[in-house]
Amino acid sequence: MSKKDLGLLILILVVGAVVAIINPRFLLPINLANTSNLIGLFGILSIGQAFVIITGGIELSVGSVVALLGVLFIDFIATRGMAWPVALPLILVLGGIIGLAHGWLITRLKLQPFVVTLCGLLIYRGVARFYTADGTAGFAFGQNFPELEFLTAGRSWGVPNSFIALIVIAVVMWVVLHRSVFGRYLYAIGKNEEAAKYSGIRTGRIVMAAYVICGVLTALSAIYFAMYTRSISPASHGQFYELYAIAAAVLGGFSLRGGEGSLIGVLLGTVLLQELQNLVNLLGIPSSLNFAVMGGVILIGVLVDQQWGVFRARRRMLEATRKGVAGAAAE
Amino acid sequence: MNYSDPSIVASTAAPFLSLDGVRKTYPGVVALDGFSIEVRPGEVIGLVGENGAGKSTLMKILGGVTRPDTGTITVDGVAHDSLTVEASIGSGIAFVHQELNLFENLDVAANIFFGREPLRAGPFRLVDRARLRALAAPLLKRVGANFSADTPVSALSLAQQQMVEIAKALSIEARLVILDEPTSSLPIAETDKLLGVIKALKADGISVIFISHRLHEVERVADRVVVLRDGMLAGTLPKSAINHDQMVKLMIGRMLKEREKAAESARPPGSVALSVKAIRTAAYPDRPVDLDVRHGEILGLAGLVGSGRTELARVLFGIDKSFGGSFQLDGKDLVLGSAADAVANGIFLVPEDRKLTGILLDLSIAQNISLPNLPAHSRRSLVSASAEAATAEKQKTDLGIRAPSVQTRTGTLSGGNQQKVVLAKWLAMKPKVMILDEPTRGIDIGAKAEIYGLMRALADAGVAVLMISSDMEEVIGVSDRIAVMHEGQISGILDKDRFSQENVLLLAVGKQPK
Repeated sequence: MSKKDLGLLILILVVGAVVAIINPRFLLPINLANTSNLIGLFGILSIGQAFVIITGGIELSVGSVVALLGVLFIDFIATRGMAWPVALPLILVLGGIIGLAHGWLITRLKLQPFVVTLCGLLIYRGVARFYTADGTAGFAFGQNFPELEFLTAGRSWGVPNSFIALIVIAVVMWVVLHRSVFGRYLYAIGKNEEAAKYSGIRTGRIVMAAYVICGVLTALSAIYFAMYTRSISPASHGQFYELYAIAAAVLGGFSLRGGEGSLIGVLLGTVLLQELQNLVNLLGIPSSLNFAVMGGVILIGVLVDQQWGVFRARRRMLEATRKGVAGAAAE
Repeated sequence: MNYSDPSIVASTAAPFLSLDGVRKTYPGVVALDGFSIEVRPGEVIGLVGENGAGKSTLMKILGGVTRPDTGTITVDGVAHDSLTVEASIGSGIAFVHQELNLFENLDVAANIFFGREPLRAGPFRLVDRARLRALAAPLLKRVGANFSADTPVSALSLAQQQMVEIAKALSIEARLVILDEPTSSLPIAETDKLLGVIKALKADGISVIFISHRLHEVERVADRVVVLRDGMLAGTLPKSAINHDQMVKLMIGRMLKEREKAAESARPPGSVALSVKAIRTAAYPDRPVDLDVRHGEILGLAGLVGSGRTELARVLFGIDKSFGGSFQLDGKDLVLGSAADAVANGIFLVPEDRKLTGILLDLSIAQNISLPNLPAHSRRSLVSASAEAATAEKQKTDLGIRAPSVQTRTGTLSGGNQQKVVLAKWLAMKPKVMILDEPTRGIDIGAKAEIYGLMRALADAGVAVLMISSDMEEVIGVSDRIAVMHEGQISGILDKDRFSQENVLLLAVGKQPK
């Protein structure tokens, strides 16, 4: 765990302690379970986003994809009678295809990630609303999918299964990002795409793969969100989720220029964001201030991190100068 | 364009600028040694000299960026020990650099008056666009521009952009315009336009210092040629004595300096490794290049900056696409769609710009070395840090990379050691063809000698080595054969018995060697 991650963890614990002191309900199992369920849902999303950000890209269409694929998933299993073990992989594949399309536009046609995914944000939202004729997609009365519901919205030993899913995914993706050849390529491209290309790396394919991973993880979280809310009004479902994901990554130490950040960082970023949401509810802060609190904390966090870096650089310079002067005096 | 007869400009007028006994040393190097020069109003001085002769130091002193150690600078009759940037601009000295400093997204007039825009009356500091254009128009006319003041700079050719730079110089009432290698990236027709502008400046009584490697252009435009060599005035040629051979003689002036040469080849050159036929690059899409590089030889690729050498290297390494033509590697046809294809075939490039393309400054030595060959340093797709470290340790010892450990960030290393890391990543694989673009630029003498040694060792091991270099002595001292490029084409190939700086220079400017 890096120093940055450790700092974030301490911040999470301190904020948690303060909230718990002011309102002990914070520590009630039901509250913790609810919060960790949300951490699971948003965490899967944020990990996907992190893979794109590490390449220096951005994926803005996440929220709309959550709406579109959520609508499709519910429609497939509730209305069209598709077996969920068929529908689930189908949705994941669709998510992958969306990611592939974005990656292709970005790497082969050289469009800017911001532009491509902004268009995606608009398109998928529109398609989702059109698909349901702006109605709400949901289950009919008495429709049950016990296994699916257990896997997505259920609990094991009191822990939400969505949270367990996040942990499993996080472990796998940690290995991919921090230990695999592919992960090294991602970092190299994020640091300096030209130099990576001059080292013989097929940078286009790697970047495309990052968008595909983001698409698949977004699709998975879309299913979780769908099973969590159980009914989806496509005009608002998933709105701003891309910003939660980006915020989690930024809080977790990712640079939007690419090449920086850790998986633990983005996880902790997600935890902190959900903790703040929870804090707003528990401390009786008007929920309309929700976003303002989140924005303020992210700003302060990034500012502290930045200033800390400046401070350390200055101290290093000072030490070097002192050593230099001492060396010259010794001669 | 119409110029007044250049000969009527009085050469007896008091000099606008004179330097007297200017000396500038850097730690361990004398950059300028007692240099004196006079520039009269309306005089065009050609300043020539090899790389490292002291031209850029002289420019820095005139621009007020560097203080000379001793000597006097007299501008317009006022003597100074040194100039400041403000004093340099204030006394009417303007520079047009090789790399242009224009805002491509703005139009011509906005560029000329950037930071000095005429404002409209009123509190809002709005730019008076009409007046801006009206002010720019006569300046553009003076430089003979065939474009209007509201043309966006991005729509202009390089020569036209240089005209904008010169118009900018005129707008601050420049009395001396210093052009630093203005034609190095211009095609011939554009160059003619620029030379026309220089004559127009002269007719207006403005002095010009024209720095160029293209001697025939100096020949055409200069009233007097000043030759710098090793920081000293090697000689001055009056108008009547300016010719190509005289300039080359003064520039070289001596036999090849003894220096660390790469050892002689230990083996006769082998079969052709890489053969390119009718390759065309983006820089000169109408000029096909044919070139053979043999196993076991160091082929030097000389030529002026902008002659298309780097572009050729980029095509050979698969970074850029060739416009037609074909590659053969060991007699087999080769298609290069990307650098990855080149690497897979054992064609490696040590690029010109080490920090941007050669290495990743934020990664460690070990991570940089393993990067092109990461699958070989992994088990089941997971990177093996121990395998990485082992490869890096071996290279660190073999190449003498000086660093605390192989986990050191390459950004903290010296230029020479960074370059060794670039070499190491390729040496750790099996090179067949090694292309090195300016491999010793910005590297100290000791590390240079080591890199020459490595190149020779590679060639002796049967690798085909292609070395691009602008350092004449390096090309002659290291190569087994020299190919010279001129404006996108190979203008000639010299075998060892015909190596001379003069021959390389002649080919580089498009003439036949002796």
